[in-house]
Amino acid sequence: MHLHKYEKIWLVFGIGSLIVFLLILGYGAFWQGTHPQSHGATIDPNNIESHEAFQPENLGLTKVEEDKYIVNIVASAFNYNLGVHEEGAPVRKIRIPKGSTVLFQVTTPDVVHGFNVAGTNVNMMVEPGYISSLETVLDNPGEYTIVCNEYCGVGHHMMYATVEVYE
Amino acid sequence: MAIKKLNLSNQIESLPIGKPEARLYMSFMYVAFISLFVGGLMGLLQVFVRSGKFTLPWGIDYYQVLTVHGVILGLVLTTYFIIGFHFSLMGKTVGISQKQRKVAWLAFWIMVIGTIMTATMILLGKASVLYTFYAPLKAHPIFYIGLALVVVGSWVAGFVNWRQVYLWKKDHPGEKTPLLAFMVTINTLLWFIASLGVAATVLIQFIPWSLGYAETINVLVSRTLFWYFGHPLVYFWLLPAYMAWYAIIPKIIGGKIFSDSLARLSFVLFLFFSIPVGFHHQLVEPGIDATWKFIQVALTFMVAIPSLMTAFSMFATFEITGRRKGFGGLFGWFKHLPWKDVRFLAPFVGMLAFIPGGAGGLINASHQMNAVIHNTIWVTGHFHLTVATTVMLTFFGISYWLIPHLTGRKLTPSINKLGIIQTIVWTIGMSIMSGAMHIQGLLGAPRRSAYSEYAGGEQVTEWIGYQLAQAIGGTILFIGIILMVYIFVKLAFFAPKGDEEFPIASEEENAEPTPKFFENWKLWIGITIALILFAYTIPFVDIIQNSPPGSVPFDWPIGNN
Repeated sequence: MHLHKYEKIWLVFGIGSLIVFLLILGYGAFWQGTHPQSHGATIDPNNIESHEAFQPENLGLTKVEEDKYIVNIVASAFNYNLGVHEEGAPVRKIRIPKGSTVLFQVTTPDVVHGFNVAGTNVNMMVEPGYISSLETVLDNPGEYTIVCNEYCGVGHHMMYATVEVYE
Repeated sequence: MAIKKLNLSNQIESLPIGKPEARLYMSFMYVAFISLFVGGLMGLLQVFVRSGKFTLPWGIDYYQVLTVHGVILGLVLTTYFIIGFHFSLMGKTVGISQKQRKVAWLAFWIMVIGTIMTATMILLGKASVLYTFYAPLKAHPIFYIGLALVVVGSWVAGFVNWRQVYLWKKDHPGEKTPLLAFMVTINTLLWFIASLGVAATVLIQFIPWSLGYAETINVLVSRTLFWYFGHPLVYFWLLPAYMAWYAIIPKIIGGKIFSDSLARLSFVLFLFFSIPVGFHHQLVEPGIDATWKFIQVALTFMVAIPSLMTAFSMFATFEITGRRKGFGGLFGWFKHLPWKDVRFLAPFVGMLAFIPGGAGGLINASHQMNAVIHNTIWVTGHFHLTVATTVMLTFFGISYWLIPHLTGRKLTPSINKLGIIQTIVWTIGMSIMSGAMHIQGLLGAPRRSAYSEYAGGEQVTEWIGYQLAQAIGGTILFIGIILMVYIFVKLAFFAPKGDEEFPIASEEENAEPTPKFFENWKLWIGITIALILFAYTIPFVDIIQNSPPGSVPFDWPIGNN
């Protein structure tokens, strides 16, 4: 089969670019550990409290040490449970100092949800039976909306919370 | 003697399409264009709702409208148009027997019954699960049964196509399969192998579970089977457009096929690389191993190669044709392309849209980068460039000659002009809507969501501005849809009687013969299956072995109690 000379140049350039892209992605993923979340940790969706992180008193923001936090969240139709304030009202907003390392852990007792700290790469599918988790450093101060970005039912667009990263 | 033989094999055998066949092919087209109108109307309602200035009357739910939009445009319009187009191409190049035609009608009616069952459940509000129907959201069982029938009907149509090629080959020993028939065979193969995945999840998982025979469903298995189907699905949409680009557009611009073997090679590569890549839709899911995600990302990048080949072939055809007509200079050939012929212009705009569309696709599939855009409205913007512009404008471009050819009418200069206006309207509307979706997605706004101000704040205010832009773009697009449906009705029922050409390009007189190995179907199917087994076996076993407890059905979140 005959290939035109220019076509050879075009394909070498094109395939070469694809290989370069893949090398960059592979370097980031395997050497720098930027894989998308893929831990495969499982949980019984009918009994999420069997896991310590998702017991009511452990939900929401917990400071582990200086500049290190864990956020445990139960996503259910149509709410993110971030725990309750002392007076009993549900937490709608969490505040984290800039530069902190934060581990987000999310699970669901019902249907599939999304978990996206909008405008950042904290973006995970939340599926019944699995714990979604991602550790990140929050470097840029500002208010971020946590949105459910996978359709979960009639109230899907009412499912949100807020993260404030402060100086 | 040798030369004579070569010439003969380069000649296009073009068979007449009789009235009964035309009626069959047109039936698929009627369903396709009714779907275009209904689905487009739903799209219009969606952009209105998302603008925040409009609420749906009579308690209609946004997500019900969204389900109709996705199912009717993504599954009904595309599948019917493609099968109708496939049949037309096969009828023209290898012929159809009376018996095959009867079985083809059976396929049509199975699909129609399935479509009606599914549509009824969606309209009753019993299936607002969107076209991806992710478990454990539970729709009415009839929704799934209807979908299964549509797939089964499409298989019957595919089996007829294979039989057509088989019989032609028996009658023409030693000859190569006509290019378009070869392409249709590849696309039906791709569809069959891919839809086995969705058929498996619907028949084995969803139907028993929704009927209550199975208590729980394995969510990740169902999603993996769905996306095993979901990505080749988009190539099943795209390949008919490529058929028109490779084998029909050259004739319309007065040229020849650039390279028969190259066209076949690109289709074979699409068969190989469009299936073992479904994980790139599941990159941010918790239960799939990261290394296997990356392997499928690498395979996904391979599927860009046949598109690069296609881009080269297209512009080579344009340049060779233009220069042969005597248009010199660096860009003379480009300036003198038949811009005023809508049969060329509409698909050409489609080709242009595939440049940002394809580049966006590479971004989406870029492993960890996917987290930046996953499930944001960027993705919606992306596939409105690829399927709703590249594929749709090419399908419109096909309709301008195919519909009158089948109905024994003519594409008149005034309809041609209206078609050009339609193409421009579509281009403007889509640039605004898809552009706004891309930007809003990069700012983090979710897809598949009704209007919401969330907790308020700067970020959300910014999103809503882009949603207004989408409402403007979407309105312009709906004008484009009305124009197109008007043109379809004109071409089907009112245009003057005549004989519209079915343009099929031929090869150069002195074209190099196409290598024999292209007819080696066992080899192509073998490699395809080997690639699928390589990409899926280990991760799939891993998913099953490490499965969490299954999920019971949930129907209250979609408004059913």
